[in-house]
Amino acid sequence: MPERTIATFTIKRLEILDDKGNADERLMPSLEEVDIRRMYELLVLSRTFDERALNLQREGRIGTYPSIFGQEAAQVGSAYALDKSDWVFPSFRETGMYIAMGYPLPLLFQYWSGDERGLISPQGLNILPVSVSVGTHIPHAVGAAMAVRYRRDRAAVIAYFGDGASSKGDFHEGFTIAGAFRLPVVFLCQNNQWAISMPRERQTAADTLAQKALAYGFEGVQVDGNDVFAVYRATREALEKARNGGGPTFIECYTYRLSHHTTSDDASRYRSREEVEQWKRKDPIDRLELLMEKRGLLSGKDRREVKERSLEIIDAAVREAESVPPPGADEMFLNLVEKPSRRQSKQMTGMKNADV
Amino acid sequence: MPTCNMVQAINLALREEMAKDDRVLVIGEDVGMDGGVFRVTDGLLGEFGPERVVDMPLAESGIVGAAVGMALYGLRPVAEIQFMGFIYGSFDQIFSHAARMRNRSRGRFCCPMVIRTPYGSGIKAPELHEESAEAFFCHMPGIKVVVPSGPFNAKGLLVSAIRDPDPVLFLEPTRLYRLVRENVPDEEYTLPLGKARIVKEGGDVTVIAWGSMLERVVKAVEPYSADVIDLMTLSPFDEETVLESVRKTGRAVIVHEAAKTCGFGAELAATIAEEAILYLRGPVLRVTGYDVHVPLAKLVDSYLPGVDRIRKAIDEIMRY
Ligand SMILES: Cc1ncc(C[n+]2csc(CCOP(=O)(O)OP(=O)(O)O)c2C)c(N)n1
Ligand SMILES: [Mg+2]
Repeated sequence: MPERTIATFTIKRLEILDDKGNADERLMPSLEEVDIRRMYELLVLSRTFDERALNLQREGRIGTYPSIFGQEAAQVGSAYALDKSDWVFPSFRETGMYIAMGYPLPLLFQYWSGDERGLISPQGLNILPVSVSVGTHIPHAVGAAMAVRYRRDRAAVIAYFGDGASSKGDFHEGFTIAGAFRLPVVFLCQNNQWAISMPRERQTAADTLAQKALAYGFEGVQVDGNDVFAVYRATREALEKARNGGGPTFIECYTYRLSHHTTSDDASRYRSREEVEQWKRKDPIDRLELLMEKRGLLSGKDRREVKERSLEIIDAAVREAESVPPPGADEMFLNLVEKPSRRQSKQMTGMKNADV
Repeated sequence: MPTCNMVQAINLALREEMAKDDRVLVIGEDVGMDGGVFRVTDGLLGEFGPERVVDMPLAESGIVGAAVGMALYGLRPVAEIQFMGFIYGSFDQIFSHAARMRNRSRGRFCCPMVIRTPYGSGIKAPELHEESAEAFFCHMPGIKVVVPSGPFNAKGLLVSAIRDPDPVLFLEPTRLYRLVRENVPDEEYTLPLGKARIVKEGGDVTVIAWGSMLERVVKAVEPYSADVIDLMTLSPFDEETVLESVRKTGRAVIVHEAAKTCGFGAELAATIAEEAILYLRGPVLRVTGYDVHVPLAKLVDSYLPGVDRIRKAIDEIMRY
């Protein structure tokens, strides 16, 4: 018996909008002008939030913050494809997703200032709290997708995570289960090329992250993560597929973290200025502006107005967040379990009198 | 009223709860077609179908993580980890997520889920099939830890665990799975979590144990006048019952199968010292497994607290 090739594979990469603001009309998703404008506003709002958060951190008004600078399109583009009632399992670098889903901005500032009450997702939004332990929330999305299937609901489920997370065991276990049951779930990886100081090549010898999906029996695609239209299109298609029983999809958004890992990191220790400068030329917002200018959707005045409006929204959100009285010390005992134990109750009362 | 062993009693609890509440699902390795390696889930697949009795890929973290996701969505999964030695692969899911989701989301989301797992020694199996790792989980706020000691209480406790709004780790002592039969009502009853059971009353010494150690404790105390307490829930444990008894007898012996250092006995001893030291006539003694890995079959009996070691401890404390 001769040796035969029993499997070969190809991985697609989707790009629609280039750095010069030209869109491939054949691939351009059907979006009204108002949608394009709204996407633009959300991108600018996300960046404005990010800039403000970095400043607030320097002033000591919030704690450690992970910047989304450079990744706005991956987050806004994907979230724009979601329904409000879809189930979203974020990691910790998803400010743009929260903003595009309509999460109250004051809550985000409140959370990053160290107040867990900022993670109380309003009723009607099914956004899970920030998940700090890298990649470990992937199986939750898988379980929620099992529940969606069991309930015969129309909801779709999406998990957000980074390139570093693709090395975790929970990525493997989650993908394994999702594939085995063909679950209605979308895995959206923002491959921003770095996991703190670890470059993408050191994370895995695989050429793309997208190809990993094939080993679990479902589709993986790479998209230009700095192209809001490509991300939107890929996510929308994956969600539709999920809702129609077509199973999971893995989307690798090829993007870049333009800022430090967090406010406590110094990225100059491990990567070159040239690399960063090169990626700055692929700025997702610049590209969309070029396209909109070409189409007569954005004048210089519009641009200034969108930025000013964003600044106003952010100012108001910061004011609101900072006017919230800090949590009472009791807060740490609330919601541990529905009914605190005798010991927890005792500790809670004891705390007030500084009992032993 | 049928007489059941513990396997059947747990099966009955699952069946009844699944029939009553369509949010209850069973997931795990070999739980469907095979009915579980101990047959605890036997017949459930036939009765409830593959949507509710889900044979999962071999992925402990994935199983517990998926159960978390199901619970967040509003279901009440009962996940089986095939043996406690394999729960280590899902620590992250239990500690970082199941136990914290309610707190992290300040009550917006919670994880009403049960993780069942065979626990403790006595089945002559390979390494990691006979672990008693309860103490890790008792250290973690946000999750309850329950250990039944017989068919009747297994059923009542499991029903409560399934209905509990928070995650519960349900440890099933394999040694007891088929050891005794008891009358187990097939109509609904529950036993409250967090409440201990007084197995036997006496005046001179309090012996505290749970799970498979109880049987030998009951034998060991025959010549004495002892209170025997079966904790049944380790976290949160029933401080009142323990302290009341110790204040009465003035002597406490704690018996557990797990290693001594940082075992759950340490928490009990510390609590007794903090709350009742002035009632004590002598030191609180712990009779436990040694600080070694639980050995395989040839040595396991040398490892476990036996009747003789328990009696020795009681004799020692009776001198005070
Ligand atoms: C399980 C785990 N290990 C380590 C860390 C510390 N840590 C936080 S973020 C990070 C890198 C994550 O990289 P990636 O998944 O690519 O996401 P990115 O930060 O690039 O958004 C590390 C190592 C963590 N939070 N969780
Ligand atoms: Mg990364």
